[in-house]
Amino acid sequence: MYHYDDFDRTLVAERVDEFRDQVARRLSGELSEDEFKPLRLMNGVYLQLHAYMLRIAIPYGTLSSAQLRMLGHVGRRYDRNYGHFTTRQNIQFNWIKLQDLPDAMADLAKVEMHGMQTSGNCVRNITTDQWAGVAADEIEDPRIWAEILRQHSTMHPEFSFLPRKFKIAITASTHDRAAVKVHDIGLRLHRNGAGEVGFEVLVGGGLGRTPYIGKSIKPFLHKRDLLSYIEAILRVYNQFGRRDNIYKARIKILVHELGAEAFAKEVEAEWQLIKDGALALDPAVIADVAARFSYPDYEQLEDSPATLTSALASDPQFKIWFGNAVSNHKVPGYAIVTLSLKPTGGPPGDATAEQMDAIADLADKYSFGEIRVGHEQNLVFPHVPQRDLPALWKAIDAIGVATPNLGTVSDIIACPGLDYCSLANARSIPVAEEITRRFRDHNLARDLGRLHINISGCINACGHHHVGHIGLLGVEKNDQEYYQVSIGGRADEHAELGTLLGPAVPYAEAVDVVEDLVAAYLELRARPDEIFLDTVKRVGVEPFKERVYATR
Amino acid sequence: MQLVKGEHIVTDRYVRVLDDAPVPDNVPVIVPAARFLADAEEFMAREAPTGVLWPNNRKVSELEPYLDRLALIALVLPSFKDGRAYTQARQLRERYGFRGELRATGDVLRDQFLFMLRSGFDAFEVKKDADAAAFIAAIKRYSVFYQPTDDGHISAFSRRLARARTPVTSAAKVIAR
Repeated sequence: MYHYDDFDRTLVAERVDEFRDQVARRLSGELSEDEFKPLRLMNGVYLQLHAYMLRIAIPYGTLSSAQLRMLGHVGRRYDRNYGHFTTRQNIQFNWIKLQDLPDAMADLAKVEMHGMQTSGNCVRNITTDQWAGVAADEIEDPRIWAEILRQHSTMHPEFSFLPRKFKIAITASTHDRAAVKVHDIGLRLHRNGAGEVGFEVLVGGGLGRTPYIGKSIKPFLHKRDLLSYIEAILRVYNQFGRRDNIYKARIKILVHELGAEAFAKEVEAEWQLIKDGALALDPAVIADVAARFSYPDYEQLEDSPATLTSALASDPQFKIWFGNAVSNHKVPGYAIVTLSLKPTGGPPGDATAEQMDAIADLADKYSFGEIRVGHEQNLVFPHVPQRDLPALWKAIDAIGVATPNLGTVSDIIACPGLDYCSLANARSIPVAEEITRRFRDHNLARDLGRLHINISGCINACGHHHVGHIGLLGVEKNDQEYYQVSIGGRADEHAELGTLLGPAVPYAEAVDVVEDLVAAYLELRARPDEIFLDTVKRVGVEPFKERVYATR
Repeated sequence: MQLVKGEHIVTDRYVRVLDDAPVPDNVPVIVPAARFLADAEEFMAREAPTGVLWPNNRKVSELEPYLDRLALIALVLPSFKDGRAYTQARQLRERYGFRGELRATGDVLRDQFLFMLRSGFDAFEVKKDADAAAFIAAIKRYSVFYQPTDDGHISAFSRRLARARTPVTSAAKVIAR
C-alpha cells in the first residue's frame, strides 16, 4: 500500500473544496451544463443515459480494506447499493445525484481516494499488474513507478487539455497482466545487458475504432529519465496530435501517420532538451516514494501446509476452486487468491455494498488488509497464508465470489453497454449474463481451457473486444442490436488484434454464435490442452467462420 | 472581456492591429504573426512596445531572434479544450527565457487560470467578468503542486527532498510554505 503524506492529502482536500464550489455554481445556475461538463469530467463525473455516473480511481489497482469499506459506504449511502469495477482499475457508481457528489468525494478523500484522472483528455489513472509486489516472475514492484507517474500527472498544468485521453500502463513481469501493448504508453520494466533495471517504452497502442498494437520506441530508459521522457512524449503529442477529428485524436494515429521512427525522433529531440532539467529523478525522491509503500510482515511459513493438503485430498469442490483461483506467491507459504466477480447470470465486475464490506473484513483477516483490482474485472487477495485457504474459500463462497470460472468462457470482460451508457449501440451485460448461463457447468467450462470473451457495446471498445480470444462488438443495424464477432485477439505480451469473422449477427443469435465457436473449437483442437487461441492460430479463422455462417 | 494582470483587473494599453490596418505611432500594439514576421525589424525599431499574436499551430522557436525585444506574446486558446498554448507558454518561458508579457487569449476561463499561470502566462484576457473578479480565489485554491515548472512553486517532490534533508524542527516550515 502507498500511504499519502501531507502533500498528497492536502491536494485531494483542496480538490474536494474546488469541486464543491463548482457543483454549487452549477446548482445555482451560474454554470450551464455545457460549462460544468469539463469541470465534472475532470473529477470523474459523467452524465449517462439515466443519471450521473461517478468513476473513482484505484491507482495501480491497490485497495486497502478501509478504502473498500468506504466504496461500500458510497454505494450504500449515495447509490443503489452496488459498484462496478472497470477494466482500467477504476470503480463506477451509476446512480449518484449531483447534489450528493461533493459529500461522496469528501468521504472518499478520508481514505485517500478521488476521481481525478478518470475522465477528460488528460493522463488517466496509471494501471499495472494486479499481482504487483507479489508475482513470482516480477523484476521489481511497478507500483512505485505508477505512483511517481500518478503524482506527476495529477493536475499537470501543460497536459490537462491533450487532444484526447491518455492511458499509461506498466508491467514488471515476463507475463504481461497489464495489457501494456494496448495503451497510449506501455512501460515494461526489465534488465539491460549491464544488469540495470529500466524501462522499455512502447507508444501508440490502443483499441477503439482504430486499434493498434504499441510500437517500441525506446528499448531501455534509465529510471532517472522516466518523467522527462514521458513529458517529451506528451509534449510532442500535445503539439502535433490531431484535434480536427475526435476519432483521429489519440496518439496512436499520430504515431501511425508520422511512423514510429519519425515519432521517436521528435520525442528524442524534445527529450534531449529537458532530460537533465528539473524532471531528472533524484534517487532520494524515488526512495521517498518507495518508503511510503508498506509491505506485509510475512511469517516464515512452509509451502503446502497440512491444512491445505488435507483439504485438497478430502474436498473435491475445494480442489476445483484451488486449481482455478489460487496462484503462486513469491513468498513461501503464501498464495495469491483471485475472487470471481463473474457469477452465473450476473453482470461482470459488479459488487454489492455488502460484498465489499465482507471482502474488506476477509482481507483484514486473511490478506494483511489488502485487495487488488485487475483489468479482467475481478478482485484479488494478494497475501493469503496457504494454511488459511480452506477457511477463506468457505467464506468467499458464502458471499458469491468463489465461482471457479476464472480464465474460462464465463469470465467475461464487458463494458456497461446500452443498459447505462449513452454512447452504446447495443447491450453488453445481458449478452455476458446469457453466456454465463449457457456455460453454467464450470467443469465443462474448465475443460474448454483458457478462453477470454470480451464484449463492447460500441466501437469505443471499452470491453476490449479486439483483444478477446472471442470478441463481440455491438453495432446498430436498422435500429436493431447486432454483434460483430472476431476471434484470435489477445492482450498479453504477445498482444494481437482479433480477426473479424463475417457479417454481424442479431442480438438473439449472439450467444448461439459463441456456442458454435466453442463447438468448432472442441472438434478442431489437436489436444485437450491446446487452448482456443492456439487452435485459431494453427488452423486459421476459416473453419470457425464456416461453422458460424453455415446455418446463417 | 477583462484583462487580468498581476492578479488585478487592469486597463489594456495595447491596441490590436488587424492584418492590413496602419500601425499607429507611439501606441503599444499587438500584431498578427504573419505581419510581424514580414516586417519584424521595422516593428522592433518602434519606440512603443510591440506584441505579437501567435497561433497555436506554429512553433514558438520562430520567434527566438526577437524574444529579447518583444514586449508581449499573445497565445491563443480557441477553446479551453485546445491545450497547445500551454506547451508554447512553457517553451517560451523555460526554454527560450522570454521575460515579456505572456498573454492568454480566447476561451480563457476561471477553472484554467492556475494551469495557465503555472505554464508561464502572466496576463489573461478573461471571457467572463465574474471569472475575472474571482481570479485571486481561483489561483490560491491549491497549495500543493507535483510538477516542477518555472512559475516559482516548488514541486512536492522537491519539498519532500528538502524535508528529508532538513532537521525535524524546521521541517514544519517547509510544509507551511
